Amino acid sequence: MLAFLTQRLLQLVPTLFFVSVLIFGLQQLLPGDPALIMAGEERDPEVLEQIRQQYRLNEPIWVQYFYWIQGVLSGNLGESMRLKTSVLSLVQEKLPVTLQLASMAIVVALGIGIPAGIISAVKKDTALDYGANIFALWGISTPNFWLGILMIFLFSVTLGWLPASGYVSLSENWKASLATTIMPAFVLGNAIAAILMRHTRSAMLQAMGADYVRTARAKGLYERRVVLKHALRNAMTPVITLGALEFGTLLSGAVLTEQIFTIPGFGKLIVDAVFNRDYAVVQGVVLVTSTTYIALNLLADIAYVLVNPRLRG
Amino acid sequence: MTATTLSTATAATDAREENPWARAWRRLRRRKGAMVGLAIVLLFVVLALAAPLVAPYDPIATSWSAVRKPPSWAHWLGTDEVGRDVLSRIIWGARASLSAGLVSVGIALAFGVPLGLLAGYAGGWVDALLSRIVDAMLAVPFLILAIALAAFLGPSLSNAMIAIGVTATPVFIRLTRGQTIAAKIEDYVEAARAVGNPHWRIALRHVLPNIVPPLLVQASLAIAGAIIAEAALSFLGLGQQPPAPSWGSMLNSAQRFIAQAPWMAFWPGVAIFLAVLSFNLLGDGLRDALDPRHK
Repeated sequence: MLAFLTQRLLQLVPTLFFVSVLIFGLQQLLPGDPALIMAGEERDPEVLEQIRQQYRLNEPIWVQYFYWIQGVLSGNLGESMRLKTSVLSLVQEKLPVTLQLASMAIVVALGIGIPAGIISAVKKDTALDYGANIFALWGISTPNFWLGILMIFLFSVTLGWLPASGYVSLSENWKASLATTIMPAFVLGNAIAAILMRHTRSAMLQAMGADYVRTARAKGLYERRVVLKHALRNAMTPVITLGALEFGTLLSGAVLTEQIFTIPGFGKLIVDAVFNRDYAVVQGVVLVTSTTYIALNLLADIAYVLVNPRLRG
Repeated sequence: MTATTLSTATAATDAREENPWARAWRRLRRRKGAMVGLAIVLLFVVLALAAPLVAPYDPIATSWSAVRKPPSWAHWLGTDEVGRDVLSRIIWGARASLSAGLVSVGIALAFGVPLGLLAGYAGGWVDALLSRIVDAMLAVPFLILAIALAAFLGPSLSNAMIAIGVTATPVFIRLTRGQTIAAKIEDYVEAARAVGNPHWRIALRHVLPNIVPPLLVQASLAIAGAIIAEAALSFLGLGQQPPAPSWGSMLNSAQRFIAQAPWMAFWPGVAIFLAVLSFNLLGDGLRDALDPRHK
């Protein structure tokens, strides 16, 4: 286990290095003088020179990278041009909002995806199986921004049950908070529910054909017990680890969902930064997102080894 | 009895001599889902190509006397906030969506396949380096990387295609690499090496043709992903720029009028859904048809 952990951590070093190069390199895609673009409407030569100094644009590219990564490693992700505040504090402010949304979306995804997958596998080739597969295909093919708009039309405009936009934090008023986040959480969780359903179905079908399930049946156990205790427990291992990899889908989805429901989270932060040409914020958000994703992948790998006795050294 | 034996023997010979692509097509035809997918894809391709002929109105012509009109005989799917015909914009929008799907996956294939072949075939430090770069690119969520790239490149349909293509490339590098590693230990590659073929020739003439099926499946599913991504970027204002029609940007403007004109949001979404669904169905069908385990 220790050897596995060491090897996995060592692999992270070059990956994180290339992620940082990729994110830093984005700035090089800016056409023309980056200082001029970063300054936006501002054309004052003094301001331009200040930007060049601040971002060390007069230095060679590798020196610029060195200073940038040095800052990142000491927790300095740069400063937002527009909001005149540090990117790190913006991230700290917006991240809890997205985390709440993401957690609720995961509950939705698990609540729909796993039971649908189990039913689909147990009732293979029946109407229930076809129904679950159609649901999965629908979930994967429906753009979440469209689903969000349709839900606003139905639940906010037509029925008037839920607010169409805005956000109230849990600590402020938990009821209002749930009311503002239930629709976005459903929209976000829907696609992941579909993916989880497919994973659960195939893992369950594999488990149901395994020898230990046949043995459990031969012992005369009730089918419900065979499915839930013997097959499901073994099928869940790959499902949970594969599910952890869907974190990227969740964050990508959050960008659009937060935009539609006007939720001031991480996704809205990056889109607003893009339109305000606030490049330091874009880089900061991408960096935090990818590092979190890498960390979650690592945790998923460790969890996989921990729960699978055959992989433990 | 003799006749039956003969016909069985002939059928067996036919099956043995059947071209692998003909066999795949025969299997694909048996899958209703894949055939429905293919039919919808073809319908969209025809609509996109024949847009000037089939669209009832000019997609960018505004009409102040027809602002936000619900579906009628004159405008089957209604009109938008400046009186443009929704159906015509959807038909013309198919061009943006399909070309984004095809071009971006084309970019991903053009870079991903050679790099994956190189990594898988060369091995060693080349493989280690390319694999770490791929890991790094895959560590950034797809849409977030595409948004960041599109933002730095500047908002336009062509930049959105480049952004989506670059973002989709690592998946193809990883897939091609894995398939190449599996193929290079096969006997036919060993034989090609034994007769003195140069490495590039072995990679291109012997390995590549044998790894096409999984690439084809992935490409089909990636087109579905690219269509959603283009719609998402256009929805955010980073793709096709107004007034040029695109399904994503139509949804963006529709959002503001959802209470007054819900048809503006409904139909472009249906178009995206059908296009994505059709490529997903086709990809799933191709996977089953091309997988040797599904006889």
